[in-house]
Amino acid sequence: MSLKLKALKKSLWVYHVSGGSCNNCDIEILDLLTPRFDVERFGIILAASPRHADVLLCTGIVNKKCVERVKEVYQQTPKPCVVVAVGTCSCSGGIFRDGYQMAGPLDKIIPVDVYIPGCPPKPESIIAGIVKFLKELK
Amino acid sequence: MVENRKVIVPIGPYHPLLEEPEYFQLYCDGEEVVDAEWIAGYNHRGIEKLSESKHYDQVTFLVERICGICSTSHPIAYCNSIEDLCGIEIPERAKYIRSIIGELERLHSHLLWVGLAGHFLGYNTVFMWAWKYREPILDMFEMITGNRNHYAMLRIGGVRRDIEDEDVPILKKTLSEIKDKVKMLTEAVLDDPVLSARLKGVGILTKDDIKNYGAVGPVARASGVDIDVRRDDPYAAYNLVEWKVITTENGDVFDKAVVRLLECFESIKIIEQCLDAIYGKKGEIWKEVREIIEGEGIGHHEAPRGEVFHYVRSDGNTTSPVRHKIRAPSYVNIPTFKASCIGETISDVCIILAGVDPCYCCTERIAVYDKDKNKKVYDFDQLIKKSIEKTEKIKKELGKEGKLWKHLL
Repeated sequence: MSLKLKALKKSLWVYHVSGGSCNNCDIEILDLLTPRFDVERFGIILAASPRHADVLLCTGIVNKKCVERVKEVYQQTPKPCVVVAVGTCSCSGGIFRDGYQMAGPLDKIIPVDVYIPGCPPKPESIIAGIVKFLKELK
Repeated sequence: MVENRKVIVPIGPYHPLLEEPEYFQLYCDGEEVVDAEWIAGYNHRGIEKLSESKHYDQVTFLVERICGICSTSHPIAYCNSIEDLCGIEIPERAKYIRSIIGELERLHSHLLWVGLAGHFLGYNTVFMWAWKYREPILDMFEMITGNRNHYAMLRIGGVRRDIEDEDVPILKKTLSEIKDKVKMLTEAVLDDPVLSARLKGVGILTKDDIKNYGAVGPVARASGVDIDVRRDDPYAAYNLVEWKVITTENGDVFDKAVVRLLECFESIKIIEQCLDAIYGKKGEIWKEVREIIEGEGIGHHEAPRGEVFHYVRSDGNTTSPVRHKIRAPSYVNIPTFKASCIGETISDVCIILAGVDPCYCCTERIAVYDKDKNKKVYDFDQLIKKSIEKTEKIKKELGKEGKLWKHLL
């Protein structure tokens, strides 16, 4: 394993991108930081800028206005980075698939490493998804 | 005005503080905010149009996904509008269950706001506490409906699931525990010298401001405008239980917090009465609706943020609405920042914006297209590239399938 990957796995700094979601996945992500789930004990914290982030947590359908911004955020993130699609909307489009404003799903716009489906995924399943991915990396 | 616009401070669209994409431009003169603008559209998903292509029963799930926080307010308002259209009276048990879900949602939404307000002020203790006490409410939701958010509890003519008698004592026990905790949190927040210093006299909205902007919900009630759809035009079981509307006079952010925290206790009171009313009784929870007749219906619900309004028109032949119009409370609440932000310092603007509990995913019902920009997103080369990529992808997928098929032979 390269040094970069090894360093990446130590303490994940997360940047949260919302491309037109219903807010629910976003709140479940914030829920992860609060006392019941408390992912900070694993060294996972929310970063203030994509330039400091190891992980991009993306939610929502990514609508036409967001496309350019999401791409830019991805370009600003130092590589290697992990892109996680949280929720059915960013995995497949879900109920909004046929909408006129739909530009996604996310993997059409930026490369995605982890898919966590669910509407919204429970905080437990978000943790499980990240853990599964980290194990795969080894 | 233009010469006053010295410095532009952009907030968003992806800002670490905001969990939704939204874009504010503050025009500042030194520390003072001279003017502010709000640029919308990052959350627009075309729900009203989608609703015209869905079956009446499917629309309930679609409108639920307008917003994750008030995810039962929209279905209640939608079902109210269809029931208004067809003239349906829902069973009494269904009314009580609707009220229980609606009030549980208000409880979790208000605690969520208090937490976020603390987070916006950089006072993360409040954030952690409020969100910790919110978890048991989500557990109750999971118990009743099977999901933490997006409960899928409503259907036209009633509710989907019943609340079993065995669950009622557990729910009441959890509620009384939450009541103590919320009481403690309320006292702590309202007595806190730091919060008083930051919130009192900040972002004041007068009664006239509220009337000019047409603001609704806790924002209006904090300024002494006594409006609440639950009391003024009762639906569900709100006229069958005892409760009162909370109002305060000052209209600053502190009063908005007071209104929301005190409303939590009213919600608990309503839920307890509703649980008592359905305990030990049996009854229908759903009335079958055979057809949606031609006509138009309106429905509203007092969501945690204010009045949600739905309008549905049906032509009597098709199985989907001909027109579905939604007005979310934040649509009228957000523009009040024009009255409350100007003249304040940059550091206070954030909490003033958050003070109305804005919900952008609810609000963004309109999309404005900039033709030039749209061209930029999909210019000719990119379209060709996309088309080639898609063809390649389809070829690849077909190839795989072919192999699989051969392998099976």
